[in-house]
Amino acid sequence: MTGAVFHALLSHWRRAPLQLFTLIAGLALATGLWSGVQAINAEARASYDAAAATLGEGRFARIEAATGGEVTQAQYVALRRAGWLVSPVVQGRLGGVRLVGIDPLTAPGGIGPAAEEADISAFLGGAGQIFGRAEVLAALPETGAEPVLAPDVAPGTALTDISLALRLLKRDSIDALLVAPEQPIGRPELAEIAPDLVLRPPQPGSEVGRLTDSFHLNLTAFGLLCFAVGIFIVHGAVGLAFEQRRPVIRTLRALGVPLRRLVALMLLELLAFALVAGVIGVGLGWLLAARLLPDVAATLRGLYGADVAGGLALRPAWWLSGLGIAVLGTGLAAGAALWRIATMPLLAAGGRRAWAMAEARMARGQGAAALALLLLAAGLAVWGEGLVAGFALLGAGLIGAALALPLLLGAALGLAARLAHGPLMQWFWADTRQQLPGLSLALMALMLAMAANIGVSTMVGSFRATFAEFLDQRLAPELYVETADDAQARAVEALLAPRIRAVLPLASVEIEVEGIPTELNLARPDPTYPENWRLLRATERPWERLAAGEGVLVSEQLARRAGLSLGDPVRLGPETALPVLGIHGDYGNPLGQVIVTEALFAQLQPEIVPRRFGLRLDPAEVPEIRAALTGMGLPEGAITDQAAVKRFSMQVFERTFAVTAALNVLTLAVAGFAMLMSLLTLAALRLPQLAPVWALGLTRRRLAALEMGRAVLLAALTAVVALPVGLALAWVLLAVVNVAAFGWRLPMTAFPWDYARLGLFALLAAGLAALWPAIRLARTPPAALLGVFAHER
Amino acid sequence: MLLRLRDIHKSFAGAEGPVPVLRGVDLDLAAGESLALTGESGSGKSTLLHLVGGLDRPDRGRIEVAGTEVTALDDSGRAALRRGTVGVVFQQFNLIPSLTVGDNIAFQARIAGRHEPVRATALAERLGLAPHLAKYPEQLSGGQQQRCAIARTLAARPALVLADEPTGNLDEATAEEVLGAMLELVAETGAALLMVTHSQHHAARMGRRLHLHAGRIA
Amino acid sequence: MNVRLFILLALPATAQAQGFAGLGGTAGEFALPEPDTVLSFPADHGAHPAYRIEWWYLTANLTDPDGTPYGLQWTLFRSALAPREGDGWESPQLWLGHAAVTTADTHLFTERLARGGIGQAGVTVTPFEAWIDDWRMAGERFEALNLAASGPDFAYDMRLEARGPLVLHGDEGYSVKSAEGQASYYYSQPFFDIAGTLTLPEGAVELTGSAWFDHEWSSQPLSERQTGWDWFSLSFEGGAKLMGFRLREGEDEGYTYASWIAPDGRLTPYVGSFAAEPLETTRLGAAELPVRWAVRLPEEGVEIEVEALNAAAWNALTPPYWEGPVVVTGSHQGQGYLEMTGYE
Repeated sequence: MTGAVFHALLSHWRRAPLQLFTLIAGLALATGLWSGVQAINAEARASYDAAAATLGEGRFARIEAATGGEVTQAQYVALRRAGWLVSPVVQGRLGGVRLVGIDPLTAPGGIGPAAEEADISAFLGGAGQIFGRAEVLAALPETGAEPVLAPDVAPGTALTDISLALRLLKRDSIDALLVAPEQPIGRPELAEIAPDLVLRPPQPGSEVGRLTDSFHLNLTAFGLLCFAVGIFIVHGAVGLAFEQRRPVIRTLRALGVPLRRLVALMLLELLAFALVAGVIGVGLGWLLAARLLPDVAATLRGLYGADVAGGLALRPAWWLSGLGIAVLGTGLAAGAALWRIATMPLLAAGGRRAWAMAEARMARGQGAAALALLLLAAGLAVWGEGLVAGFALLGAGLIGAALALPLLLGAALGLAARLAHGPLMQWFWADTRQQLPGLSLALMALMLAMAANIGVSTMVGSFRATFAEFLDQRLAPELYVETADDAQARAVEALLAPRIRAVLPLASVEIEVEGIPTELNLARPDPTYPENWRLLRATERPWERLAAGEGVLVSEQLARRAGLSLGDPVRLGPETALPVLGIHGDYGNPLGQVIVTEALFAQLQPEIVPRRFGLRLDPAEVPEIRAALTGMGLPEGAITDQAAVKRFSMQVFERTFAVTAALNVLTLAVAGFAMLMSLLTLAALRLPQLAPVWALGLTRRRLAALEMGRAVLLAALTAVVALPVGLALAWVLLAVVNVAAFGWRLPMTAFPWDYARLGLFALLAAGLAALWPAIRLARTPPAALLGVFAHER
Repeated sequence: MLLRLRDIHKSFAGAEGPVPVLRGVDLDLAAGESLALTGESGSGKSTLLHLVGGLDRPDRGRIEVAGTEVTALDDSGRAALRRGTVGVVFQQFNLIPSLTVGDNIAFQARIAGRHEPVRATALAERLGLAPHLAKYPEQLSGGQQQRCAIARTLAARPALVLADEPTGNLDEATAEEVLGAMLELVAETGAALLMVTHSQHHAARMGRRLHLHAGRIA
Repeated sequence: MNVRLFILLALPATAQAQGFAGLGGTAGEFALPEPDTVLSFPADHGAHPAYRIEWWYLTANLTDPDGTPYGLQWTLFRSALAPREGDGWESPQLWLGHAAVTTADTHLFTERLARGGIGQAGVTVTPFEAWIDDWRMAGERFEALNLAASGPDFAYDMRLEARGPLVLHGDEGYSVKSAEGQASYYYSQPFFDIAGTLTLPEGAVELTGSAWFDHEWSSQPLSERQTGWDWFSLSFEGGAKLMGFRLREGEDEGYTYASWIAPDGRLTPYVGSFAAEPLETTRLGAAELPVRWAVRLPEEGVEIEVEALNAAAWNALTPPYWEGPVVVTGSHQGQGYLEMTGYE
């Protein structure tokens, strides 16, 4: 029996290939977009995790030199001999590769590659071994050591024994000590053994990871939106297919197929489709990710200095989650339709009126759900706190808006019909309104796609605008110079101070403010600062008062985390507490920042001599000054041209844009496709409604034009709704989610031209989607239209 | 007795409370017998047929088919009854549009586990469908579609054939022809036939006839 | 690259297949013990980097003021990747420390790893000091030493005083370990008095008792067929002591040796006479271990039963083995330590 019934069920798709295509394609696209974004994120995260595992970032406390210098071998041995279980780490650059040296004998568990076949005597003895990914091993200069392929080492990193690392890097001291989580009892305080060293507790989450989280969070949100768009499409296709198969289901049951078997077989059918579409989708996602990943990798490297492998590794978890999401999505999309089939009475009952009543009930239910969701979103926006609330707000707001869309459109069309003059226009509006239920799913998908586009492009645009301004602030000096030691620093300052407009010393020390790790920076009183820096909030004459040592500037992150407002005292030492004069933006920095005037800095940190300088000079003088600096022995690499830095930074944003633009085009295409499918399906059903109008004297060409106009009109109305929804989405991402995740808020900038262009694209997509059905209508032979009357019973 | 109905009651929900359709129907049908059920529109003929076929359940009363108490069966039991014992020929044919004529004819026999290709071919031959086996139902005329439905029912060798206005959607000449073929084939298979019709003329061609009036056998 | 993996591979350059912890591997370019070598002290208390493997091993039986028995272990292993000492981080000498504390119902143990060359671990002769991290056995003279070790759940600080001479096993310190002639240099100081403080999470305990020190070095102490050993160091009432071991070859009894040490330190070696027979076993994880033994040395009239104070004295370290205090009854009364390897 099963075989025959399954055959009968499946035969439906042979007769409706377009429906099958919509179903599979919608699901595959949804899965593809979702899993593509996931793949990019997963790849990047795997890279960070490998980096963290290599350096023990995040999991282990570290001991470092208090002044940011090195840890000596003697200090290491002294700590070990005092009972401290610490392990040395050294890192440096070797031919463009980050070389990390560890001591496998003392390293806490899980550091370094978990190579099953690692041979410790080869790692420690003889010529030694260097672990790394293939591209890293290839980039290494000849070292004499045996290269060992280890895919779990962080990208761009080579791992070796500390002895070999020290020899290759020509170093004799250590960068940091990792502190094992379990320590013996009765060991002395750190300060007793090595007063120059400080203990830093483990960072929650690796440092690079946290920096790049902002980017990934946004990508994830985007992937989720893409998936929602796809699921709307599938919901439409499945709903339609099941609706059309209702009579057949009745017949099958009348012929003696038990309901339970029938439902089981339909579930099986859906599962098969989901898996097929899932495999295609994961494949598409793979292609998408492989295509975009090099851009993303470049973005992350440029933005945050985080090394991400440019190639994609096949991860079984990713495949499975792709298939899982396809099945889940199918379940979401088909659940209601299947439920209706399962509870449908065997004998058709009620007829048209009951159906219409049910429809009205559903519309009311949908309206109520939309209202409830929007109220929830509003509540979350006002009272919600934290990341989960931010995402809940995002979800509730978007779904609420989507559900409200048909009601809003219906109201608008009803109003238009009342205001319309002439019978044709009245018919047009009324007919458009009647078509709404059939198109509403596609329109919801279009609305979500547009809102996502507006939201994401606003977010990325705001990101770029903010960062561009931030770069202008921070990179105001024309040249930057980095000196090797204190003597050279003094020499450079002595040389340049009389020759150029200003020499701005730069230095940074990590301190703690209110228990929060914070950079202490200095600013020399100079017009450069007031001219270029824009403070988010400030007291009267902040720069003058800063120069007078009457207060400090704090970064937004520090202000938020420590709860500091203007005027609040900031404790910088046992006897120094100064009020906040202003709050500045310091984007992407996980540490807080405090800026004090140069004199105060020297007083607080007497042992630190600034070794970096920003130089203010006439751009025409740049080559001359550069020559003077190289003339006194500074390497080319120590002198940075501000324009070059800015150019590089902006390039990074362009790459980010390339990624989001590609994803934007794809979602819009998916939404346009949904619209096409809905219109095609409706076209066949609409002949009976169009035939009388045709019979009353409207040409087929005119009818077709009206049909297209209708699609464009609906898309335009949808775009009108999508704009505020998209802006709200952007606001939630920038002002709620970002703050909850990273402690700083991105100022939102609107891009009206982008929105207008997007609206145009949406209209174009709707027009294109309507074109084919319209052409088919224009070419419908009159006999087919006449047939409508013949078949009318 | 192949079919036994005792004191069958059935009403449907209406705007002003339940509307009684059947009010105590008793009926017997022996194996191989043919019975026409006539009555005006709304007299409950089709409802009675649905109850016998297990497509619906009576409010009260007892239905036995081939010794099985239909009224005591659950959904899957009634589905099994329709698969194996009772065959229904509908007024609207109810063919499966996505299957070919050949597959439609074989369908019920297949799900009943009684598919015999030779018998299906012979039936198609007798009903003049042999040249159309690879076509889809929508490519057939109404009379051909109903013949396909009859072949589908008989191919599964039911003990009882229920026919609900089988010629109601056909013009007079075609109706005459289809009915003739159905009666002939049912007689050959030895199945009992319970046919609902509003045509006295068609009813006259059956072995026995009963008239349903105001929910009772008149 | 976890530590466990490390030591399995590092202690010897080969895997477990060849004897316990690879001690049955080939010596390669390392030096081999020669008979008729005269050990010289204090120099030979120090390290012998030309040999592949070496250990300084101290076990002690102690009691607290209430008479509750305690066992204590302090061990420093040296394992060389090459027969030389190197400077700084490049040193091929690897060091491994094991420390344990055993009572009738608890067994605490921990380990440390280090490389030579940087000062984190090593052995010096004058003054004598053997150390790894904060663990040390050190004193101006070898006869009076301080002993300390610490772990996450215990720490101890002890004082050792030698009450008798050093004893040289086998032929004046040349200790044969198999019929094929594998051998090591092996001497002991079994006459240490020990006293000091044991710190546990619940508080400090003052302990006193006696300790047994072993120092042994070789490059290939076991034959390839030898899969593990059972080693006894026993102190009897009256002052006599017995060190005996059997080197198992699979299920076979294998090679046995015993040193009978008179109260004045006079040593009598016995090859093949020593017999140890398991009477009762206990299961610890994957290992089935004898925890009660019948031990005989007929020439000295020894017919005793040796039973573990705590059957669960399993050092789940690198490599894993059993090491714990024992109680002696029978022809002689006393106490001591038992070590069993190659059972897992």
